[in-house]
Amino acid sequence: MAEPTSAAANRPEGAERLSEDRRDAMRGEPPFVEAPSEDTRLVRSLKEAAITAGLVAVLTIFFFAFRTDIAVGGLQLSLDPMLWITWVAVAFAARFALSYFVFAGERPTVAGWKKVAASTRGWPVGKVFGVVLLLVALTLPILLSVFLPSQNRYLLDLAILILTYVMLGWGLNIVVGLAGLLDLGYVAFYAVGAYSFALLATNFDLGFWVCLPMAGLFAAMWGIVLGFPVLRLRGDYLAIVTLAFGEIIRIVLLNWYEFTGGPNGILGIPKPTLFGLEFSRGEGSFSDFFGLEYSTIQRFVFLYYIILALALLTNFVTMRMRKLPVGRAWEALREDEIACRSLGINTVNVKLTAFATGAMFGGFAGSFFATRQGFISPESFTFIESAIILAIVVLGGLGSQLGVVIASVVMIGGIELLRNLTGLQAIFGAGFDPTQYRMLIFGLAMVLIMVWKPRGLVSTRSPSAVYKEKKVIGADLVAQGEGH
Amino acid sequence: MQKEHRNWAADPVLSVEHLTMRFGGLVAVDDLSFDVGRGDITALIGPNGAGKTTVFNCVTGFYKPTEGRITLRRDGTVSTEELAELTRGGNQYRKTDKGSIFLLERMADFRITEIAGVARTFQNIRLFGGMTVLENLLVAQHNELMRASNYTIGGLLGLPGYRRAAEAAKEKAVEWLRRVDLLDRADDPAADLPYGAQRRLEIARALCTNPVLLCLDEPAAGLNPRESAELNTLLKSIRDDHGVSVLLIEHDMGVVMEISDHIIVLDYGKKISDGTASAVRNDPKVIAAYLGVDDEEVEEVERDLHVKPGAATAEGGPQ
Repeated sequence: MAEPTSAAANRPEGAERLSEDRRDAMRGEPPFVEAPSEDTRLVRSLKEAAITAGLVAVLTIFFFAFRTDIAVGGLQLSLDPMLWITWVAVAFAARFALSYFVFAGERPTVAGWKKVAASTRGWPVGKVFGVVLLLVALTLPILLSVFLPSQNRYLLDLAILILTYVMLGWGLNIVVGLAGLLDLGYVAFYAVGAYSFALLATNFDLGFWVCLPMAGLFAAMWGIVLGFPVLRLRGDYLAIVTLAFGEIIRIVLLNWYEFTGGPNGILGIPKPTLFGLEFSRGEGSFSDFFGLEYSTIQRFVFLYYIILALALLTNFVTMRMRKLPVGRAWEALREDEIACRSLGINTVNVKLTAFATGAMFGGFAGSFFATRQGFISPESFTFIESAIILAIVVLGGLGSQLGVVIASVVMIGGIELLRNLTGLQAIFGAGFDPTQYRMLIFGLAMVLIMVWKPRGLVSTRSPSAVYKEKKVIGADLVAQGEGH
Repeated sequence: MQKEHRNWAADPVLSVEHLTMRFGGLVAVDDLSFDVGRGDITALIGPNGAGKTTVFNCVTGFYKPTEGRITLRRDGTVSTEELAELTRGGNQYRKTDKGSIFLLERMADFRITEIAGVARTFQNIRLFGGMTVLENLLVAQHNELMRASNYTIGGLLGLPGYRRAAEAAKEKAVEWLRRVDLLDRADDPAADLPYGAQRRLEIARALCTNPVLLCLDEPAAGLNPRESAELNTLLKSIRDDHGVSVLLIEHDMGVVMEISDHIIVLDYGKKISDGTASAVRNDPKVIAAYLGVDDEEVEEVERDLHVKPGAATAEGGPQ
């Protein structure tokens, strides 16, 4: 057999690929090295800090230095240079510290991390972490009632919300991560699931457990309905059509007043029961049957375990399907559609199953959402929901189940956490409201992830079939599919 | 000596008749007819832009030909009357106890691989780069495994029938990896393999679909002489041990002349020669197409090309 390296370099294709790799590594920059500066570390850092401060000064002058107020006869312009100067000073100090201690520092700061990463290379970090997360998730209601009884209800509610997004992320991961079909309208299936349950429950008096599979089925059907028109589309076109589909569903829900209640939504959606036992006060309720004292927390714990079970079902089915021919065909489709067809794979069916399976789990999550809220309206299914779910999948790493969990906890839990940072008011004054900055922080986090981990937090792929030894496949080799 | 070799006329596995493919005003393939013999290695050669890959794409269903009939006789012999009847009717294929025939120009690309049994490789290798070598071969057995997993239901429930089928599929994949000498790299991502190994893997993957006809688009491109020699051995063993007919496009004349039982030469979408390796090698039209001709011979060659395109040259030999 030919030696991999020499053989690759001797042939045009191999040589071309090598040079492309080299160009990619330089990110399109020509391969030059800057001449070392004559300045000392202090002077250089001061210079860089001054440039940064100047930029900040120019960019923020209209936002911070001037202030317009409504006055008699129009607007009144007042000058408030202090705020502006403060921010310029903050920029100067921050950049100076960064330049002096990190960029021009004596010791590279990332070396420590690299050492840690190298020493844990052989460990199944992901597996251990996943098991720990699962144990925490299973015992969370107990942990909360023991350690944080005062905030028990609030945190449990937050955990339910996070798990809903984990489930949605896992559902979308099938379409985007495995099959590589960019779907910007995933919230449509969430909406279909929610409205299916709400309408069935309020019109026909059906319970949650009867409606759950039906909601999944309806959503899967709509997944196929969406699948058909987008079969031939690729890339940007696919993204645009799926985006439009999400909006169509929402606008139909909003305008079909007689059927969906329009903007008023649907009220009085029943709560789920445990084998017919309701979570309420009085005869025939859960607490009555087991002889417990009634507490609202019981219903939260029950809801928590429902969504945990649904999410774990999603994960189990997805992981199982990955090892089945249909899942392998999804991944093959992401890698190369034409090669799939040359192997006798009906790519139409493969795409439709991916859309339908993903949509079904979205439908389950939607019907859980409806039962948890007790009220739904088209307001809950706007494009921003699709964007958040997609962001969770992309930040977590396409195709990675663990990445989705981490990204959901960070994105949903992190934003909630901002509400509790009232301690910051001591620094920025009483008028400071941290939740107002959540979109800013959200965007910043995205930028940072895209700079450091452009393929998401967990970007490696683990093979679905093993001959001798399981080797993890690096992100650079895995294709991203259509629309990326 | 030629007569006894003319297997393609006696027992063709694939017959291409009056195939024409137009892209707008460009005629890429012009009224082309040829046969591929069962159990033969047939080479389709010609200068760049002669329309070889277009013919391939028509045979494998990636293009719908403008005109013409492409018949695949999967097994046994089917009479001409039955073929004519199938052609008149609207069906894509006919299976009888004597054999089955498929009209490839009527079928979708994936159906051609799935039921007619034509597998192909690509000029620019198309592997599933982010999947392991083993996974690549398992994807190729998709349809078989799909049936065994009761279209996913049985697989999800872990029924024993599917588990057995999955084991068998893996064994088949391992067997092919052993044949193409890639077993020690079974768990590596396909994109990590050196170029020659990727070519072999693509051939192995195509063979995992159980084809009767294997279409290879420039299998020796980018291989060094030793790898080309290995490829020759592999192709011969595919033909001899597995009874798979091979149709290949190739520019490497070393490979073509050594292993081909039958060579078809195209130029500007027309067949200019058709015969055994020795016949084609000595055909003045082929020499003219590849090397060009002297000024005084131009008219003569052009007349030959246009007046009787590809006809009579099957007899081969210098005229």
